[in-house]
Amino acid sequence: MNTIGWPNFRSLNQEGIVFAIAVVLFVAAAIGLPGFIDPNNLVAIVRSVSVLGILALGMAVVIIGRGIDLSAVAIMAMSVAWYLQLLNSGTPDGLAFAYVLAGVLAIGLLNGFLVAYADVPAIFVTLATGSFVFGYVRSQLITQDAVPVPQGHWVELLGGLRFLDIPIEVFVFAGLAFLFFLFLRYTKWGRYIYFAGDNPVAARNIGMPVRPMLVLRYVLSAFVALVAGLLTAASLHSINTRVVNSTLLYDIVLVAVIGGIGLSGGRGGVRNVLVGAALIGILLNAMTIIDIPLLYQNLIKAAILLGAIIVDGIINPRDEQTAQQGDI
Amino acid sequence: MKLIKTLMAAATALAVTAFVAPTFAADDPGPAAYAQALKGKRVMLVPLAMGFDLAQGWAHYLKTEVEAWGGVFETRDPNWVVDAGAQAITDAISSDTRPDVLIIHAPDLNSYSKLMKKAQAAGTYVILVDNPANFPADAFIGSDWDRLGQLEAEAAIKGCGPNSSKKIGLVQGDQANSSSLYQYAGIMKVLDKNPDFKVVAKPDSNWDATTSRNVTTTMLQQNPDICSIIDFWDGDATGASAAIRDAKLDGKVFLVTTGGGEKAADCDKLVDGTYGAVVMTDLARQSGDMNAIIKFLLQSGQPAGTSHTYIYTLEKATTKADLKPDSCWDLKALQAQAAAAK
Repeated sequence: MNTIGWPNFRSLNQEGIVFAIAVVLFVAAAIGLPGFIDPNNLVAIVRSVSVLGILALGMAVVIIGRGIDLSAVAIMAMSVAWYLQLLNSGTPDGLAFAYVLAGVLAIGLLNGFLVAYADVPAIFVTLATGSFVFGYVRSQLITQDAVPVPQGHWVELLGGLRFLDIPIEVFVFAGLAFLFFLFLRYTKWGRYIYFAGDNPVAARNIGMPVRPMLVLRYVLSAFVALVAGLLTAASLHSINTRVVNSTLLYDIVLVAVIGGIGLSGGRGGVRNVLVGAALIGILLNAMTIIDIPLLYQNLIKAAILLGAIIVDGIINPRDEQTAQQGDI
Repeated sequence: MKLIKTLMAAATALAVTAFVAPTFAADDPGPAAYAQALKGKRVMLVPLAMGFDLAQGWAHYLKTEVEAWGGVFETRDPNWVVDAGAQAITDAISSDTRPDVLIIHAPDLNSYSKLMKKAQAAGTYVILVDNPANFPADAFIGSDWDRLGQLEAEAAIKGCGPNSSKKIGLVQGDQANSSSLYQYAGIMKVLDKNPDFKVVAKPDSNWDATTSRNVTTTMLQQNPDICSIIDFWDGDATGASAAIRDAKLDGKVFLVTTGGGEKAADCDKLVDGTYGAVVMTDLARQSGDMNAIIKFLLQSGQPAGTSHTYIYTLEKATTKADLKPDSCWDLKALQAQAAAAK
């Protein structure tokens, strides 16, 4: 194989490439940028991608099962906005939280049911439920784009919580990453997700409960979104539903995909999310330190993503053997 | 005969004077002309979104006035999506109930220029509010963003004090919105005159609080001795304030921002020390200016696009020290009032 002159990069997949880029960037930033290597800055990097990473974990599980959840950001912002609105209008905390949990569960179930049992493509279902959640909550349940956290409420206290001077988001991200790792690696349904994602028909034929598993994944993703929303509100002392219109959703997919989780399903894991999040975190932090305007930041981010995909395409070419049915 | 004629003439004269005299006293032509020019006229507000304080405040004050003189007031909610706003304007122009006055909150300098031209060609007066655009509208009402930036910079310099590090950080909005670009230009004008004060970083928040928090965290990490930060909008300055709080620099970094002067968004945060100074727009007065220009245009009889008026709202940097009970307006109170009226 090496006779054409290509060095043997076969062992290097996209995850490896992105990891390599992240390491190179990290070293370059550590040498070139004053203050980058400071422990506080490193904590800030991890923190800045914690919420993104948490959302990407939920997205990863859905994508591995050959789906996609485009309603994640809407669920994240709107569930918490509704919760805070209920609190602000005097609903008892326990009751308000129960309402919101029920709402999140219902949307997760609806997503899962429509994809699994009504056989509607996930991309359409979640696009529609995302818009529905946003439109309904925004027009019927809350009065303002931004809903503040009531003073002294536990969500506000959560935002100030530190262990060893490290913000709580970092621990939640780490904890969830570990739980998802355990789930995907060591539980039966976790392992099954890979089979169902790789070949749903075959998985079903050998007797896996493919459909209930699908529903579970969307419910998981919805709850993960709620956690991400609570952490966002905790830090900012309010939640702004404008985030639904932002590029956050694409950033979530970006983190998952750039880390090497194929959109065609069946491949990847928690490690890919961590690698993807690390790259984005280092990149954004370095660019902010250098003071690069946002427009160029987006350009650079996109160029690196494109670069990673192209390099992956060269060293891991797709052919009839590696391509799967349902590749996007 | 002659006598009768004279008598009749006298009687007529009497009658005429008797009837005319009181009518003459009561008949000020103003209200009738006013009512005739305004009655049934349609006014439409297309803000960036209906879900934030400025738009809700404008809508409240405009609706009250327009409905009082017998007009129809409508709003459209593009929800921060430029395309949706363009669609709303297009639909409005071509509908049977074309608005007579269109009040547009432009998302950037150019997006709606063609549509506004179309609206004027169709006979609709176009009023730009808050954000200027590259278009000769019938009137612009809003902040002079350059001046506003200067006020922010002056407040930041004052907040820093002469014995500080004299390092200032900016959290800009984006590089497309006129309010962000002009604000920046104004700030730099003042800082050019005070060369010992330096801008150490000027990231963009893209008007998003989480981004504002992240870039401010990095900024404070790199320059822990920053004495003041200017965040370009109170909508995302909650992020900058979170970063300051997390870095345990409360009270050490003087946070300056700008907003619509809503109580919960601005005054409450001045009181609790989150913001050091807020350059606030007097929203009631700004809405009053809009109402006045609407009434003027509808009575002027001039075709749309004839005159171009700029009405800049008086801006002032408010700190905790000069906060008065009426410094802010209260959105919750307005909403309660509106709910009670239903």
